[in-house]
Amino acid sequence: MSAGWLVAIVLGIGVLAYFFSAQRARAQRDQVDRAKEVPHSLPLYHGWFAFLLSTLPAIIVLVVLSAVSSGLIEGRIRAEAGTHIPDPAAASLQVGIIHNAAEALARLGLTGTGVPSTYAALRDAASAAGISLADSGEDYMLPLAAGVNEEAALHRLLIQGLALLLSVAGAVFAYSRIRIRLRARNEVERIVLWSLIGASTVAILTTVGIVLSMLGETIHFFSEVNPLNFFFGTVWDPRFAAAGSGGSEGQFGLIPLLAGTLYIALVSMLFAVPVGLMAAVYMGEYASPRIRSTVKPLLELLAGIPTIVYGIFAVVTLGPFFRDLSAALAGGFAFIQAQSVFTAGIVMGVMLIPVVSSLSDDVITAVPRAMRDGSLALGATRSETIRKVILPAALPGIVGALLLTASRAIGETMIVVLAAGVAARLSINPFEAMTTITVKIVNQLTGDLEFNSPQTLVAFALGLTLFVITLGMNVYALYIVRKYREQYE
Amino acid sequence: MTTEAFATGPAAAPTPNAPPKMQGEKVCVFYGDKQALFDVDLKIEPFSVTSLIGPSGCGKSTFLRSLNRMNDTIDGCRVAGRISLDDDDIYDPSIDVVELRARVGMVFQKPNPFPKSIYENVAYGPRIHGIARNKADMDEIVHSSLRRAGLWNEVKDRLTEPGTGLSGGQQQRLCIARAIATRPEVLLMDEPCSALDPIATAVIEELIDELRENFTIVIVTHSMQQAARVSQKTAFFHLGKLIEEGRTEDIFTNPRNKQTQDYITGRIG
Amino acid sequence: MTDAALPNSAVAPAAPAAPAAPARRDFGLRRRHAAERRFRFYGLAAIVIGLGFLAVLLFSIVSKGYTSFVQTSITVPVEFSADIIDKDNKRATDPRVLVSANYPVVARNAVARALGISPDDKAAMRDVAKFVSDGSRATLRQIVLADPSVVGTTRPVTLLATADIDSANKGQIDLSVPEAKRKVSDQQLAWLDQLRQQGAISTPFNWGLLTFGASSRPETAGLGVALIGSLYMMGIVLLCALPIGVAASIYLEEFARKNRFTDFIEVNINNLAAVPSIVFGLLGLAVFINFFGLPRSAPIVGGFVLTLMTLPTIIIATRAALRAVPPSIRSAALGIGASKMQMVFDHVLPLATPGILTGTIIGLARALGETAPLLLIGMVAFVADAPATPLDPATALPVQIYMWSNEAERAFVERTSGAIIVLLAFLALMNIAAILLRRRFERRW
Repeated sequence: MSAGWLVAIVLGIGVLAYFFSAQRARAQRDQVDRAKEVPHSLPLYHGWFAFLLSTLPAIIVLVVLSAVSSGLIEGRIRAEAGTHIPDPAAASLQVGIIHNAAEALARLGLTGTGVPSTYAALRDAASAAGISLADSGEDYMLPLAAGVNEEAALHRLLIQGLALLLSVAGAVFAYSRIRIRLRARNEVERIVLWSLIGASTVAILTTVGIVLSMLGETIHFFSEVNPLNFFFGTVWDPRFAAAGSGGSEGQFGLIPLLAGTLYIALVSMLFAVPVGLMAAVYMGEYASPRIRSTVKPLLELLAGIPTIVYGIFAVVTLGPFFRDLSAALAGGFAFIQAQSVFTAGIVMGVMLIPVVSSLSDDVITAVPRAMRDGSLALGATRSETIRKVILPAALPGIVGALLLTASRAIGETMIVVLAAGVAARLSINPFEAMTTITVKIVNQLTGDLEFNSPQTLVAFALGLTLFVITLGMNVYALYIVRKYREQYE
Repeated sequence: MTTEAFATGPAAAPTPNAPPKMQGEKVCVFYGDKQALFDVDLKIEPFSVTSLIGPSGCGKSTFLRSLNRMNDTIDGCRVAGRISLDDDDIYDPSIDVVELRARVGMVFQKPNPFPKSIYENVAYGPRIHGIARNKADMDEIVHSSLRRAGLWNEVKDRLTEPGTGLSGGQQQRLCIARAIATRPEVLLMDEPCSALDPIATAVIEELIDELRENFTIVIVTHSMQQAARVSQKTAFFHLGKLIEEGRTEDIFTNPRNKQTQDYITGRIG
Repeated sequence: MTDAALPNSAVAPAAPAAPAAPARRDFGLRRRHAAERRFRFYGLAAIVIGLGFLAVLLFSIVSKGYTSFVQTSITVPVEFSADIIDKDNKRATDPRVLVSANYPVVARNAVARALGISPDDKAAMRDVAKFVSDGSRATLRQIVLADPSVVGTTRPVTLLATADIDSANKGQIDLSVPEAKRKVSDQQLAWLDQLRQQGAISTPFNWGLLTFGASSRPETAGLGVALIGSLYMMGIVLLCALPIGVAASIYLEEFARKNRFTDFIEVNINNLAAVPSIVFGLLGLAVFINFFGLPRSAPIVGGFVLTLMTLPTIIIATRAALRAVPPSIRSAALGIGASKMQMVFDHVLPLATPGILTGTIIGLARALGETAPLLLIGMVAFVADAPATPLDPATALPVQIYMWSNEAERAFVERTSGAIIVLLAFLALMNIAAILLRRRFERRW
């Protein structure tokens, strides 16, 4: 019986419990003498209480024990594989093969004496059934795989039996407890409240998941590559290792990637900040309501366009345009390459215009009207008021907004994947191609993966670096913006 | 100490025969479709304090804000009729609103110092208008404006501290110093004491009385006692109309209009 | 004391008449107004730059992509020659010969006959073969399998033209290029004209763009798999992110007391909203695929990753919607003895629904256009057949665009832009839905 079916059965028991309990509560209510006793909760709540009591514990037990079971089995496989293969790196490769063999056995329905005696025999049987297995399996794996399957089946039986028992017990318990004065509603509400709290911890779990998953792989990476060579290396040349060889001859220098990332972000900010800020100022201070109501949504369209579209725009239209333009200007020599820091920066800047403008619009409108009136009443022109009173007053908020925008630019992926190029080099010429952290993450993780090589793991180290940089900027920016808002509240 | 810091004009006692400093004729103000002021005729005498009184929403602040065209900053606001400063129509297209506001300054209901230093707050107006020729000039203007606003002794040692750090009454006097630093001819005050405690209010009222020697002052106030204390002339607004105007003593002791009398005796408002 | 500063204040109370209007002071108005105009111009220029880029971007995509919505087809009488399809006449006993028959030759011969070319002219036949897409194999096979009795008869069939002929027919071939460097020869162009005059060439709406799966031939490559994959993912995002997001918002907005724990949740939500999307891809790879062992390239993983990405957007929108419900409604419900939970679910939540849905649609629209995290969880895959369940391999709309953009052929450039138009159309529909929803249910308290 699969877990899906079990959950369906448990839910079925829950539904039955709901109807019977609600029915019983209704019957009790109809008999009661209201002069003496007032029912506490509606029958509906008694029903829900029974439903929750018969489903929740069972499902929780199912999930938790299943996790424990697969942990036990994993441990057993690792231990046994370790006795055959001393090298831990090679052993972890074998663990994967054993898993696949066990899965193949299960799908072929082979147990006990039906298990083939050699790995090759299993592989032939599997490929006949359309299941492909790795070549490099060994014969010792077969009894292990079969044993693992038996143990898993036993666990499954025990766990499912326990879950069913809990479900029925919960239903019976809830049904038998139904009384007029039972505070079923409070019980149900308490459970609902806990599930609300649970939902709100998803955000925490996600952050924790991000940090732990990347930290684990990064530590793994640093066990093979010296962190100093990563953080201070100036050469990026990972050399894709052939699957299985596990060689770590490549060089993983972060510096050229970081330089490219920051350079492109800088170009994009140099373009987006004046344009976005001035657009926000014009819209807020000069434009008539009619123009504002048409121009603002149009500019916001720029924010709604997916970044892949910007990337293709850069590759197909703007990159060739800049190249041809530079060729025309320089008399035939195209000093702007089609893929370049400049092209990527400008296109990213276009994407950031609405970000800058809406963030700074929020900040500028937070400056109290009294401030503006005070300046205008002194006879300042509008531009003097904006430049000398409003912008200085809004400065902390604007700085925060710009930090948020910069962190967007640093983490942006698709535009640079398409428009910046893949050559990791250090250059100060903005018209040449450079590459970024995000581009390399994509490069290292697309295509066939071999999970334990530094070539793959480096992506997680890059990801963690990116996460830490952007997290720092975001936390600081949000802090500044909050302080700024409090100042005017 | 230079003598030209406040050489805007000679101080003069209000004389009934003098031509008015400002004058509104048949002033109507609309916010979108809604009319807020109806045919207001009012003369503002030079070097005197004119107070505008009336219940909330009667249009007195609207009238005040139309005197230096601060209403322009409100979307959909429209002014009809004629308002003149020294007999020049201030809504005439040839009039520069920037210049107008340099001549007709304003102090707001809630103190609104800029988030800059005390010195910079006061220096802002002279700086944008290019009034000071050099640093010494500017220092002189700032210092004398702060003295004139009665704030000098309290802030002279901390001119570089932010203006927002002062108490409410001090902030309002800073705003007054800021307004007079551009040497306006007329000073508009929109309930300048409504956010202040009684002691700070008394200080400001005293100040207004002194400022009258150099400036023409129009003040909107909720407090009839305040109007009686500080003003020479009073105008009573009700429901967007100017009901009655005249010498302050006359309005408070012998109002001609029944509505005025009701308001003064506390029956409406 | 203040008077001391103003020696002139004591001057001339004697002037009984009106003081003369003071001399006009110079405020540097001309210079300042010029500065004002300059500043204003900068603002206007900024807006023009922004809108200009928007216009250029949309124009470049539409002008490159609109032709991909029609596809050149060739309608010719096709002889289902038994000699080619079933040489040994075994179809009665072994129907498999009909599956593996050489249909492309049948199609080629049909076009050659329409052009009056002798089957013996090998060189000409090779060129003619470049007219009909390899996709005709499937078309003809389908006809034969549906009705084996067509073998030996002749009937008109509409066949897809190849991408090169399609380009030629749409006038996209640059004739100034020397013939040798062109994909389409002068002879082929002449034949194309001939077919056109016979009325054999038509350009119907290109349904294939929306239904076909991945293919290495542009004319049979489509967005079908990508659309289904994206649909699955949007469904998963909706099913996961909406309940979790609403539940979290209700807790934070209605129940949570302000303490370290809720502060920490808030900080987390705000940060997740700004974490680069590619980091979510790494999370999906490490947690869902490596740790939980879910399959690569599967929409379910993509759906989970996009759920985590969309959650902050939905939570922020939902909290704003809940906050917009006035406290008086809450007091009213509590005042008649409703529990806090009843107050929320019976009164506050229904009133906040339009706002929540608007935020959700906008979150979904962002998720639909998201590419980077999907690249990392293996959605860059060549998937020809539609996925039956969310656990089967699929691609997504933006990922398909990315893959096509890496193809060199001109016809794929056209399809890339066509696919972008499809993507933008979906986004526009969702945003319009959000706007309509907001307008329809907007409530002012």
